[in-house]
Amino acid sequence: MSTTPRAARHIVQNEELLFEISEPGKAAYQLPELDVPPANVAALGERARSDIAGFPELSEIEIIRHFTRLSTWNYGVDTGLYPLGSCTMKYNPRVNEFVARLDAIAGAHPLQPEELSQGALRIMDLLSQYLLEICGMDAITLQPAAGAQGELTGILLIRAALQARGNARRLVLIPDSAHGTNPATAAIAGYEIAKLSSNAQGTVDMASLDRLMTDQVAALMLTNPNTLGIFEEDIHRIADLVHQRGGFLYMDGANMNALVGRARPGDFGVDVMHLNLHKTFSTPHGGGGPGSGPVAVKAELEPFLPTPVLTRRPNGALTLEEDRPHSIGRMRAFAGSFGMLVRALAYIMANGSDGLKQTTEDAVLNANYIRTRLKDVYALSYDTPTMHECVFSDKLQARKADVHTGDIAKRLIDYGFHPYTVSFPLIAPGAMMIEPTESASKRELDEFIAALRAIAQEVDTEPETVKTAPHTTRVSRMDEVAAARKPRLRWTED
Amino acid sequence: MRYLPKSDPVRQRMLREIGIENVDELFAHIPEYCRLTRALDIPTGRSEPEIIDFFRHCAALNAAGYTSFLGAGSYYHYRPSLIDNLISRGEWFTAYTPYQPEISQGTLQAVFEFQTLVCQLTAMDVANASMYDGSTAMTEAVLMAIRVTGKSDILVARSVHPHYRETLVTNTHHRGFPVTEIPFQPDGQIDGSRLEQAITSNTAAVVVQSPNFFGSIEDWKTLAHLAHSKNALLIAVITDPVSLGLLAPPAEADIVAMEIQGFGIPTSFGGPYAGVIASKERYLRSLPGRLAGEARDSEGRRGFVLTLSTREQHIRREKATSNICTNQALCALMATIFMSVYGRRGLRELAQQNLAKASYAAGEFQRQGMEVLFPAPRFHEFVVRLPRTAAGYQPRLTQHHMIGGLPLHRYYPELGETALFCVTEAVSRARIDEMVQLYSGQSQPSLNESALAGARQE
Repeated sequence: MSTTPRAARHIVQNEELLFEISEPGKAAYQLPELDVPPANVAALGERARSDIAGFPELSEIEIIRHFTRLSTWNYGVDTGLYPLGSCTMKYNPRVNEFVARLDAIAGAHPLQPEELSQGALRIMDLLSQYLLEICGMDAITLQPAAGAQGELTGILLIRAALQARGNARRLVLIPDSAHGTNPATAAIAGYEIAKLSSNAQGTVDMASLDRLMTDQVAALMLTNPNTLGIFEEDIHRIADLVHQRGGFLYMDGANMNALVGRARPGDFGVDVMHLNLHKTFSTPHGGGGPGSGPVAVKAELEPFLPTPVLTRRPNGALTLEEDRPHSIGRMRAFAGSFGMLVRALAYIMANGSDGLKQTTEDAVLNANYIRTRLKDVYALSYDTPTMHECVFSDKLQARKADVHTGDIAKRLIDYGFHPYTVSFPLIAPGAMMIEPTESASKRELDEFIAALRAIAQEVDTEPETVKTAPHTTRVSRMDEVAAARKPRLRWTED
Repeated sequence: MRYLPKSDPVRQRMLREIGIENVDELFAHIPEYCRLTRALDIPTGRSEPEIIDFFRHCAALNAAGYTSFLGAGSYYHYRPSLIDNLISRGEWFTAYTPYQPEISQGTLQAVFEFQTLVCQLTAMDVANASMYDGSTAMTEAVLMAIRVTGKSDILVARSVHPHYRETLVTNTHHRGFPVTEIPFQPDGQIDGSRLEQAITSNTAAVVVQSPNFFGSIEDWKTLAHLAHSKNALLIAVITDPVSLGLLAPPAEADIVAMEIQGFGIPTSFGGPYAGVIASKERYLRSLPGRLAGEARDSEGRRGFVLTLSTREQHIRREKATSNICTNQALCALMATIFMSVYGRRGLRELAQQNLAKASYAAGEFQRQGMEVLFPAPRFHEFVVRLPRTAAGYQPRLTQHHMIGGLPLHRYYPELGETALFCVTEAVSRARIDEMVQLYSGQSQPSLNESALAGARQE
């Protein structure tokens, strides 16, 4: 443990809260002079407030410095390799940001007349066509705000289709390797969850599926490739079994970036799927959102799509159709996170069919390169071939020196890398889930591999260094337990 | 492909190190029948100028440079130039959820500041890190009220944004939670006596928007009293946070569900926006969404972490408070910067300008002999009865590069031919006058004449 005073007294490293640097009388705004008679505030009586107690008063330069200083305490894809498994932290192209900010795009109002919205609708239409081609599906909604809302949309579509057949059924089958959003979504859609165990290869156990797939099961929610990065080789038999027993196959498209241009879910029996535009299609993660989660379906489910649905009028004009008698209804206000759709379309156009396929291949190549170069020092959770991500276990390090995946992750920070995903998927104890994406050069991969190999050595020679990492950051490990015991969730003046 | 940092020789070298010859071998475990054996039917990759040309062409097919009188849940407020400048830093927009606090303190501190600002603005005790948008925040607030009260009936004012009400129904009907609409009075406010009749001991939540969809301001005190008399929660819905610069916060409500787009987030044809839920402290454990909390590091320094995550799906799975994983962090950051820029006095002045412009515009309609519905006090939106089909005015407005009020027939057939107008600080008096003239038919100036008239008045 280092005892040298670190950046603790460095002004840029110790920016206070907005409220602490606020001083009465400062301002960063100036409104244009009012060209109408002033408002009659008195007429509002008790409906008006006199003050916003505690709200800050700052000048423009202070605001710029505040948020610039704060930003330097973050790590982004722009900073370096961000191999957070399952999150697909790929490069966010700048032209996407440029086109999303064009005046008539960023400034379009969601309720402006259709004849003055044809450009926006054309963007949605072209993106729809491309996404359907990529997925091999028949119809799509761009409305869902993010992956989890896409999942909910998909399950509600299945519920509606089953209802139309006469019975919405009671259960949703979910593999034990699934993202937490899958069971949470099924529960919110009113279903009970039946957990499907994985086999020794980390994939769906066909015997369990055969046993659990009853006439009460509405859907199987499957991630393919799954969260271990493994393609479900039995996918056709899985789909057939689910369909024979009257259920639907839902695919969580979180890992679609392993398939684009190489395989299409619509060709292997998937009925409904969502896409995470912020994963596969490069829209920025923004520190935790916004995302965007379009849902693509086979023709049978098309009548149930949420409103509005993008269609064409007989005269060729695009329109957002509200009058859909079988629709599950609206998932959110307006037609979707349009700004994210713009970025995703720009990404697809920049890549084209050739670039999209190359991107998939590079992502899978990078993950397999890491797997090959690290499997002698970290135990692979499963031997099965993997695609765009690989999952190691901390079991060698835990056995040797009681060093765990979370410790190794923190030590990676000292080497300048963002950690991998820690302790997920749940079926792989001590998981270290690594997804380099296609955006890493060989040079950066080699440096990352060297860092993880060096940490494996440190586990042997100086395990305490690893257990107390990171040592080079502005703050060291935070006491999350104490923070949760007595939560302080807002600033107050005391 | 210019986004890929690899040459073909390097790819070959990496394949050899893995011990294979051809990239196809990496996909060999995909069964043959699953493989796509043709190229995707998408044009090959395009250059940056070609992409920009395409989007400029699309932009030209949209309304560009128009003055708009649309609001209805998406508002035109001036966006300070600081916002896009600051959020364009890669450390903000290319980071993800701050799972690793040691290298995410920027995002975490900004979220903590956002939560504090929202509490100050709404007079609530706690606020989350943001939700998808106002409509889903309202739905999540209702589900929260159902968890808190253990009851299931929902009463929602008919004057709540129609999209929000539809979203609520989509998310509740399959679970058997009955949703009942409470009508509005001729003055624009919720019908208090109908509400009183409808509340029962099974009511989980009373959901009211203020200013409501018609722009009318509701009375939180009375509503809270009614809701609480039957142990129901009052959920306050706010679609433009700028209103809180001037209007009394819903301090008597139990949960506030707010859309924050008006705080510097582009209208962007409907999204991405951000919602937020704030509530009284006692409901904290039922609050959905991410929360940043203050913490200390191993040397006692202040920092921030994501906290109380045992409510969330990645820990609780099917028992979580919500299935939502992401929030709208970058949009919440835009709002945080916006609030910092306007601050304590500026937000009030901004709200006053909105009130002034809208009351001027409503007054001008009345001066031309047109009926402005709903006399209850309003903020920056109002409804006007039109002698002709509301949509029929748009062609002439289009000639003047204007988008008129939102025709309400689709949402409120009972109101007949009416339109909802929103007038913010972004619209000049000259354009208001021109618009009112176009609607009232008092004068029919040509485009040039009206531009001259506008210039004279300025």
